[in-house]
Amino acid sequence: MRALREALAGFRRTPLLCALSIGAIGLSLVILGLFGLVAHNIGGAIGDVERRVEVVGYLLDDAASEQVRAARRELEALPAVESVRYVSKDEALERARRDLVEFSNVYGELLVNPLPASFHLRLREGFRTPEAVSETASLLAAYPFIEEARFGDEWVERLFALRSAATGIALALGGGFALVAMLLIVTTVRMAILARGEEIEIMQIVGAREGYIQRPFLLEGAVTGLVGGLLALGVTRLAFVVFPARFAAIESLAWLPHLWTAAGVATAAALGLLAAAFSVHREVGRAYGPS
Amino acid sequence: MISLRNVSKAYPRSGDALREVSFRLGKGEFAFLTGPSGAGKSTVLELIHFQTRPTDGEVRVSRYHSKRIRRRDIPALRRRVGFVFQDFKLLERLTAAENVAFALEVIGTPRREIAGRVQRLLSQVGLAARARSRPSELSGGERQRVAVARALATEPRILLADEPTGNLDPDAAGGVFELFRMLNRLGTAVLMATHDADFVRRHAEIRRLELEDGRLVRDSAA
Ligand SMILES: Nc1ncnc2c1ncn2[C@@H]1O[C@H](COP(=O)(O)OP(=O)(O)OP(=O)(O)O)[C@@H](O)[C@H]1O
Ligand SMILES: [Mg+2]
Repeated sequence: MRALREALAGFRRTPLLCALSIGAIGLSLVILGLFGLVAHNIGGAIGDVERRVEVVGYLLDDAASEQVRAARRELEALPAVESVRYVSKDEALERARRDLVEFSNVYGELLVNPLPASFHLRLREGFRTPEAVSETASLLAAYPFIEEARFGDEWVERLFALRSAATGIALALGGGFALVAMLLIVTTVRMAILARGEEIEIMQIVGAREGYIQRPFLLEGAVTGLVGGLLALGVTRLAFVVFPARFAAIESLAWLPHLWTAAGVATAAALGLLAAAFSVHREVGRAYGPS
Repeated sequence: MISLRNVSKAYPRSGDALREVSFRLGKGEFAFLTGPSGAGKSTVLELIHFQTRPTDGEVRVSRYHSKRIRRRDIPALRRRVGFVFQDFKLLERLTAAENVAFALEVIGTPRREIAGRVQRLLSQVGLAARARSRPSELSGGERQRVAVARALATEPRILLADEPTGNLDPDAAGGVFELFRMLNRLGTAVLMATHDADFVRRHAEIRRLELEDGRLVRDSAA
């Protein structure tokens, strides 16, 4: 209680610096929050696409059915593979006629079926990354009777790349501002300590415990971080509500998972505490230490 | 109660502040610590209060050893060893009573006990009537009495005073000194650094530890 009261007194003493600290930590988290929204939503899109990702291998016409059956069993046993579907030449033609109506005449007149039989491999969750997909494709392509293996579409990779880029930028920018915020908190707490230098000295002389002396300053840092974090949450939420309304093209944007927002606010408080601890250690840590 | 064994203290830039100083101060004893400016008087007091540690040798205060003490034990040690400064170190914005209450509060005295104890401490130093005055409204001697009352808040067995009369006129200095003697008669050990030669000469019955250039050159009890 006393610690909290004194931490709040710190805010009254240096309101501008406190506001700057809160603003900086807030800004860093707004950046993380907005990019988080983007990343989260791209992530959702990727998830949708991912479920449909297939690795397709086209068989040579002269593949021996023995070999094909054996290969299918092997492929099904792969850890990355969820299911293997075999599409025969006839089925492929059937489907082509159905899907490509405008060509149905062409196909109808064919004497020889030009379409190859194929394996369609679905991958298990966790193996739907570009790397796992291309690895599975090359395993498939290694069979002598497989003419060609294809996978996904390029844009799956693009989505992945976009998400990595968004994450990278968010971390760099957010991290940069978080660093600025921490430096500001270090300074704020340092000022608070210097403003109370006389009292601290007397406390140390008469035998107050270290925790008792340090707690208000640590709390001041943590509260600064917490307020900044909540502010960031509010601003991000506001952006989330206002932004899609302006740009109607973006529909059904998903809000961040609660775990992310809670972790964000907790991180802000923790960074504030860390910055304050640094200052406290530097400014009042010597009084009881060796030397 | 206090013992220094071959204590040396070197500072990175200014070199040796103390060299091989050894002495003991028993329960309830009174001693002057004298010597010219820069001789190391303050350094001795700071070592006993564990504000600094010896470079060599060992400082022992009751059951605490400079070589073995843990960081978290230092507050407990400081509560047993009161400290009074030449410049009082009172908080100007607080009254005499509040200055004493501050010390009681920060060592965790229950709130309801504080007012009573403040009153007793101020009476003990003869300042009950000035409880509501701020330091700026008090004379030097009165301010030092407030500082002594604050130092007594933790009921220390030892009182260290670094030139406590240095800023006082002779009358006020005599008053503060008599206060120390009274506290000493009640059982508190007192180690008082001073370079007031007059004072020391007039009280030849009191033990005198004399430092010169970081060495203990005289101990009237030895
Ligand atoms: N914190 C410090 N850092 C560096 N040197 C110091 C420090 N404290 C004291 N000294 C040096 O140690 C020596 C002894 O200083 P000390 O303050 O103990 O002397 P003193 O006897 O109390 O002097 P005075 O009568 O002027 O108060 C001096 O040379 C001083 O410069
Ligand atoms: Mg001195």
